[in-house]
Amino acid sequence: MSNTKVRIENLNLFYGTFQALINVNLQIQEREITAFIGPSGCGKSTCIKTINRMNDLVEDCQIDGKVMIDKQDIYTKDCDVNLLRKRAGMVFQKPNPFPMSIYDNIAYGPRVHGVRSKAELDVIVEQALTNAALWGEVKDRLKGSAMGISGGQQQRLCIARALAVEPDILLLDEPTSALDPISTLKVEDLMFELKKRYTVVIVTHNMQQAVRISDKTAFFLMGEVVEYGSTLTLFNSPQNKKTEDYVTGRFG
Amino acid sequence: MRNKKKDIILGTFIWSSAAVTVVVLMGILGYILYNGLPHMTWTFLSTVYSASKTGSKGILPMIINTIYVIIVSLVLGTPIGISSAIYLTQYAKQGRLVSIIRFATEVLSGIPSILFGLFGYAVFVVLFQLKLSIISGSLTMMICILPTIIRTTEEALLAVPGAYKEGAMAIGAGKLRVTMGMILPCAMSGVLTGVILAIGRIVGETAALLFTVGVSGNAMPKGGNIFDALFGHILEQGNTLALHLYNSAMNGKDPISVPFATASALLILVFLLNRLAGFLSRRMKK
Repeated sequence: MSNTKVRIENLNLFYGTFQALINVNLQIQEREITAFIGPSGCGKSTCIKTINRMNDLVEDCQIDGKVMIDKQDIYTKDCDVNLLRKRAGMVFQKPNPFPMSIYDNIAYGPRVHGVRSKAELDVIVEQALTNAALWGEVKDRLKGSAMGISGGQQQRLCIARALAVEPDILLLDEPTSALDPISTLKVEDLMFELKKRYTVVIVTHNMQQAVRISDKTAFFLMGEVVEYGSTLTLFNSPQNKKTEDYVTGRFG
Repeated sequence: MRNKKKDIILGTFIWSSAAVTVVVLMGILGYILYNGLPHMTWTFLSTVYSASKTGSKGILPMIINTIYVIIVSLVLGTPIGISSAIYLTQYAKQGRLVSIIRFATEVLSGIPSILFGLFGYAVFVVLFQLKLSIISGSLTMMICILPTIIRTTEEALLAVPGAYKEGAMAIGAGKLRVTMGMILPCAMSGVLTGVILAIGRIVGETAALLFTVGVSGNAMPKGGNIFDALFGHILEQGNTLALHLYNSAMNGKDPISVPFATASALLILVFLLNRLAGFLSRRMKK
């Protein structure tokens, strides 16, 4: 039995008057891959963003309820958002490398958090790129622009960039939806490696992907978590009729 | 057949419009340089202007004053303009207040510059007792160029993909750091475009400066030491090239050669400044 890493309790979230999340309760286990699935606009991306407070950037976003990481409520006043985002790194749907060299992309986070020494940064960069299975492909062009590598490489670079600040949790918001099948496969393989050390939460549109890689799955519909449990159970013997309809492809 | 005729008529019209534009531009440039360049001798560029009928006609002080006004206006105006644009795009809550400020900057950029001159005279020259001086003129020009710098910087900042900001914040970079270290550098070449436009405005300005900078300031910077000479001159009167062009044509001792030679110098200065800014902009993009 592994430990609970993230605990979401009675979470309600509003964009203005629109309620995007309704009474969400989830417990995300340490060193597992948890997948959020559901049709577009169901709240799964919104929910993953509550874990590192990226919703703070949205105007008129109001949150009610609790999100706890390691038993610490992250929505209290004394929670340092920047440190929180260091602990819970995020990778986005579209690869978003910064317009600078590959090396500087990885070093950006550590520099933000106070690492100055060149030797130390060199180690971090190599480590992060190795962990993101990218080192071999880019080690000879670290000074080259990050905009010049392929989409799949860019996405692994973004994962490496998140790893470089030594997070506990990795939040992946549809990380493969902009990638071709071979790049997708590489990122999925990478996730198996990552879950040995990190707690991974992934939002995906692709149900086969959820089956392939995740331990637990949460099915979202209209802002509610309809069903949450082990991926095998959820896909093979869903408890809820709506879940069954969705995973068997009858709607969505 | 009808269509072909239309094509010919329209084609001729478009072609001749373009031709008229080019011919007019070339005509002006050619006429000025033809009349000015022969008089634009080294002596003309490197000596001072004396009021007496037979004295020297040099424009060195005017060149120096023009550069002074450019630098002082930019040093005052650029940080304020860039900061305002950062505030408007990154920090301010997008709502009524921001749209009022945007509207105000737009209106401000369309106001005839002589009104800025009158305002500068009333406030800087008289109220603040800065007298007719380079600093009064530069403060006035600062207000003139603020709208340009704010607008172009705003557009450049908004053109930076939101994904960079999101990505940087998602690994724990604070807002100030993201703005100054990521968004502003990405927007730098756009910011520089604004500065180039501002320089053009300052160099060509007469009306606003007529009231504030003092047209009889034809002296060189002077003072006990270099520091006094450099900074003391800011408080002295300072006739600029564009103003001198007007004055020498209207009531100068040599109403043809001096204005045309001054105009040629002005053109060359603008050309050089544009090249410099373009060069800097290319350097920044790398």
